[in-house]
Amino acid sequence: MWTLFFTFFKIGLFTIGGGYAMIPLMQEEIIAHNWLTQAEFLNIVAIAEMTPGPISINAATFIGHQLYGVAGASLATFGVVAPSLIIMVIFSHLLAKLKASKYAVALKGIAITVTALIAAAVFRLVGPAITNYADIGIALVTLALVAKTKISPILIILGAGVAGVVLYGYIL
Amino acid sequence: MRLLWQIFSSFFKIGAFTIGGGYAMLPVMQRDVVDRLGWLDEQEFMETIAVTQSAPGAIAVNTAILIGKQMAGLPGVIAGCLGAVLPSFLIILSIAVFFQNILSWSPAINFFAGVRPAVVALIAHVAWKMGRKLIGNIYSLLLFLISLALILFVPGLHPIWVIFGSGIVTAIWATAQKQPKEEAK
Repeated sequence: MWTLFFTFFKIGLFTIGGGYAMIPLMQEEIIAHNWLTQAEFLNIVAIAEMTPGPISINAATFIGHQLYGVAGASLATFGVVAPSLIIMVIFSHLLAKLKASKYAVALKGIAITVTALIAAAVFRLVGPAITNYADIGIALVTLALVAKTKISPILIILGAGVAGVVLYGYIL
Repeated sequence: MRLLWQIFSSFFKIGAFTIGGGYAMLPVMQRDVVDRLGWLDEQEFMETIAVTQSAPGAIAVNTAILIGKQMAGLPGVIAGCLGAVLPSFLIILSIAVFFQNILSWSPAINFFAGVRPAVVALIAHVAWKMGRKLIGNIYSLLLFLISLALILFVPGLHPIWVIFGSGIVTAIWATAQKQPKEEAK
């Protein structure tokens, strides 16, 4: 069970940038330990993509459960989160110091670059997410709702899901 | 205690609706943390995202921990972290235990097919909102376009280097701009 903890600690520690960046590393570790076959691993990626939450947590929970039940799931999940806990607490001190220093102006530039990162994420996601006219419709209605009303994004997401069930299940 | 509960429930909600990776949580998080609770302003929110996305680990979890720390110290860290992790933990655990086959059930597939375009639209709206607020002069517009081009067109370039570079260039630019004025005095 220690191997499980340390493996996921390592995965958590060496995955910068989140999400898809960690898939190759996870794949290597999991296959090397014979915890899952390639096909089972792909299933987890699919589940992680379709369910809420970070893929690293999803994979840790699933694999931990397969190996040692609920205890394994908890241990693996804690392992993958532990590096974040340690590093973020250190970073929060550094961030406070940086803000008080004369280099604080750098943060203004960084905020603009982060906006560019978010825009880049949109460009990359449009292809896989929007594949037909119904998808375009859902995207445009969402855009109108979020820009012009105060409806919570959570309700909008649920609404889009229901629209998906109706449109793809019964109409198209 | 009330604050800790707010931190926990806020990130629990965010964790429960982060379908499609870290960026999908931004719209939900921004509305909650910036617009509703007023814990951070938009500039601080972007700084937080810059840090959490340059550090190892899942962005959603990092952000929950960092904001938890800033709002309520170490208890806030635990509240934020648990909140961000529990939804996926519980969902995956129940899939593992009960619903191995849920993903071959067609209404579930259709539900997520409908969610995906909406999530892209929500993220696009965040980018638009941020851009309108932060891009105010030629320098910021250029910085935005160059960052975007680097990320989209340079394969294998990790975002962390673009973030670092942008910070350094901005610091140098700001210093260079100040110099002439100081000399005039």
